[in-house]
Amino acid sequence: MRIFRFFLLAFLILNLLNLNSFSQDKELLGAGATFPYVLYSKMFDVYYKQTGIKVNYQSIGSGGGIRQLKEKTVDFGASDAFLSDEQLKEFSSPVLHIPICLGAVVITYNLPGNPELKLTPDVIADIFLGKIKKWNDARITQLNPDVKLPNMNITVIHRSDGSGTTFVFVDYLSKVSKEWETKVGRGTSVAWPVGLGAKGNEGVTGLVKQIPGSIGYVELIYAKQNKLPIALVKNKKGKFIKPELSSITSAGNVKIPDDTRISITDTDSEDGYPISSFTWILVYKEQNYKNRSFERAKQLVKLLWWMIHDGQNYTEPLDYAKLPSVAVKKAEAIIKSITYNGKPVYTEVGIK
Amino acid sequence: MKSYHFRILKSKIISVFLTLFAILSTVPFLLVLYFIIKNGISVINWEFLTSLPKPVGEPGGGILNAIVGTTILIIIALILAVPFGIFTGVFLAEKGDSKIAFLSRLVVEILQGVPSIVVGIIVYLWIVKPMGHFSALSGGVALGIMMLPVVIKSTEEILKLIPREIKEASLALGVPYYKTILKVVIPAGFSGILTGILAGTARIAGETAPLLFTAFGNPFLNFNILKPISAMPLLIFNYAVSPYEEWWAKAWGASCILVVFVLTLNIITRLISKR
Amino acid sequence: MASRFTRKLALNKDKIFNLVLSFFAVLLIFLGVGFFLSLFNASYLAFKKFGIGFFAGKNWDPVQEEFGALPFIYGTILTSFIALGISFPFSIAISIVLGEYFQKGFFAEILRYLTELIAGVPSVVLGFWGLFFLVPLVREIEIALNVPPYGVGILTASIILAFMILPYSASIGKDAMRLVPNELKEAAYALGATRWEVIKKVMIPYARSGIIAGIILSLGRALGETMAVTMVIGNYHGIPESIFSPGNTIASVIANEFTEATGEVYLSSLMYLGLALFIITTVVNLIGRFILKKLQH
Repeated sequence: MRIFRFFLLAFLILNLLNLNSFSQDKELLGAGATFPYVLYSKMFDVYYKQTGIKVNYQSIGSGGGIRQLKEKTVDFGASDAFLSDEQLKEFSSPVLHIPICLGAVVITYNLPGNPELKLTPDVIADIFLGKIKKWNDARITQLNPDVKLPNMNITVIHRSDGSGTTFVFVDYLSKVSKEWETKVGRGTSVAWPVGLGAKGNEGVTGLVKQIPGSIGYVELIYAKQNKLPIALVKNKKGKFIKPELSSITSAGNVKIPDDTRISITDTDSEDGYPISSFTWILVYKEQNYKNRSFERAKQLVKLLWWMIHDGQNYTEPLDYAKLPSVAVKKAEAIIKSITYNGKPVYTEVGIK
Repeated sequence: MKSYHFRILKSKIISVFLTLFAILSTVPFLLVLYFIIKNGISVINWEFLTSLPKPVGEPGGGILNAIVGTTILIIIALILAVPFGIFTGVFLAEKGDSKIAFLSRLVVEILQGVPSIVVGIIVYLWIVKPMGHFSALSGGVALGIMMLPVVIKSTEEILKLIPREIKEASLALGVPYYKTILKVVIPAGFSGILTGILAGTARIAGETAPLLFTAFGNPFLNFNILKPISAMPLLIFNYAVSPYEEWWAKAWGASCILVVFVLTLNIITRLISKR
Repeated sequence: MASRFTRKLALNKDKIFNLVLSFFAVLLIFLGVGFFLSLFNASYLAFKKFGIGFFAGKNWDPVQEEFGALPFIYGTILTSFIALGISFPFSIAISIVLGEYFQKGFFAEILRYLTELIAGVPSVVLGFWGLFFLVPLVREIEIALNVPPYGVGILTASIILAFMILPYSASIGKDAMRLVPNELKEAAYALGATRWEVIKKVMIPYARSGIIAGIILSLGRALGETMAVTMVIGNYHGIPESIFSPGNTIASVIANEFTEATGEVYLSSLMYLGLALFIITTVVNLIGRFILKKLQH
């Protein structure tokens, strides 16, 4: 009997603690892309210190962010893959895309001496299709005459989870390789012809780091933080471009539609890195769903506004490119269109 | 017919060989333990135990959110599994021959063997979806379900071992049946029931799969059971598959704490059941 | 008057108590049935689209929405059976050593603890250890054998699984050996048998069904094991070509893709996998338990 009384007490104590923190609305929940995770974890840490609002972001992959937003289990989703028209139709109400920054999907690999390789789109596609199997294949050596490429097998590493990073990469491959487009196609999860899967950008980086002769695709910061070599990729204009802040920003310097849903891979920009992408936060336009409080909607709008303005200060130190001002303007317009019961929210939080 | 001496020699050699083989099979466990303690112990310090994680790339920080999270999840699981488990165990011990008892036992066996990932799916469907979000509550329920068979079985077994005379003496003295069970029989079987609870706790403290789609994780401290929460095994999993060395170090520290906790519980369980 | 009242009250309380007890037992049954029904319901969409052919399908393609479970079935069965193979000799050795040679005493206790405690180590911790200790080791072996040095793969996952299931078959095997009646053993000794001959020709045949039950139960555990496997198996969606190649198991695929399956058919296919896993592990476990129960009577 005493056991039961003990548990009753424990249960009551737990609930009392809950009453204390009825700050339900001082916490926002987000999930999705691992691509911007390094940036978001910094941004949300800073935001918490500045405002006391906790943002719990779980990097489970863009596919996860989209799905959890659909299930309405999170306040916002995060994805590097924007929703297609068909996907948008699957949502019960309109979803907005708010761009936060630009990143690059880089090709990283594990070779002795960490050489800097030059690769062309067709070579990359054929490596990931499994057609080029060895590092000293003629097509790679002829692009890199100064590098001693070993007679090693190429081990492809891809994502095992639903990923926006994957989407950006295969979107690029579909644009530059007809065979890829027909055989594999686009998506956050695809049927990879070859290779091992790892979870998250973190997992791919981890495996590339450990397996000699491996090659993988990750967001720039992951390769940099882990001191992995990065390939120069030939862009549409014929130049071999190194993925860095300037080339990423350059890739984003294009005409953006009002809803900001645009793929900038294989960019026309002269000095742009061809596998760059925006990354978005996805929210429902009408915030009053499933008993969401007005307070929650306000906190969300404040957070988003902060992320595209003050938050931008944290992008470049982490090698993410800031939003170009034309993108900021579009993002502002989108945030201003968020409503609660049909009425705009931004006016209630001090935004002009 | 082989010579007698040859057969004896062969028997002795085989016995030595088998014993060495058996000892060899303890090597993995010792290796694991050694690795975990060696890598984990240097990470554990006051900051590690009492602070929250820092953003990626920044040194320092700790795993307080996970420690608190696991504790809360275990408490929720206990609240669910202990009363439910004990009462069901009593039912099976007392009314063991009924049809209901037969079906119940069947379900206990099924639950004991069910992969934890399936439990996670079920609780997602039953609690997370209707509730609309992830929560400590759903995680605790998932763990409670996993603990249930252990508590039920150990309760039933210990109650069956209690001499009938004790129960009958109490009833003969005029104590009502329900009081007999609650105040005489169950306390008599206390050590066995406690064994089951401790063993169950040890099992669920390290479970990850059911938490993947229920508790979800949380970099902040959370005492609200209706919100997502962190847990030690979740943290270990996320940090282990990352490429950051600071995170690996923290995962070793967390593994060390978790393993010591679980093994201690296991050893205590064995010692109690000896008595 | 008062005593009749209190007696009546006590009788009612007894009735309520009995009802409470039955309530929990019935609730448990509903829980079990609910598991099955929920999974069935959630898999229905995939079942309608793919039918039983789901399990023969080789492609798991979320883009084309073509889902086939064969690679994962392959991976699950391969890893589980290899794990059984690896653990079997050790399991038998422990069963014999603890079941016959050392049934009591300090050494027996220590050996028992050391072999059984590994079951207490959480799966995720074993997987973590595997990632940092076993994977590089296997990678070295692969380099020496001139095979792609993934490190992760079917073999690595099987080895870790073997560690995890060893205590189950060893413990049950030990119990089975200890159940052999002394008279049988003594009769054999009286006929001049050596210790080993008694074990080989009398004890093991007698304990055979118990040992088999232990193996079946450890198989059941291996089939459903998730975390340690998913961390070291390589997450490859195709049929593994060799034990050195990466692969995937049903449990591992569900863990990886569940929170992100973005289409209704995708999610339902994962549930369908979950249902299959549930049914398979339940059947295997029930068979094992049934054999054990028969042994005890």
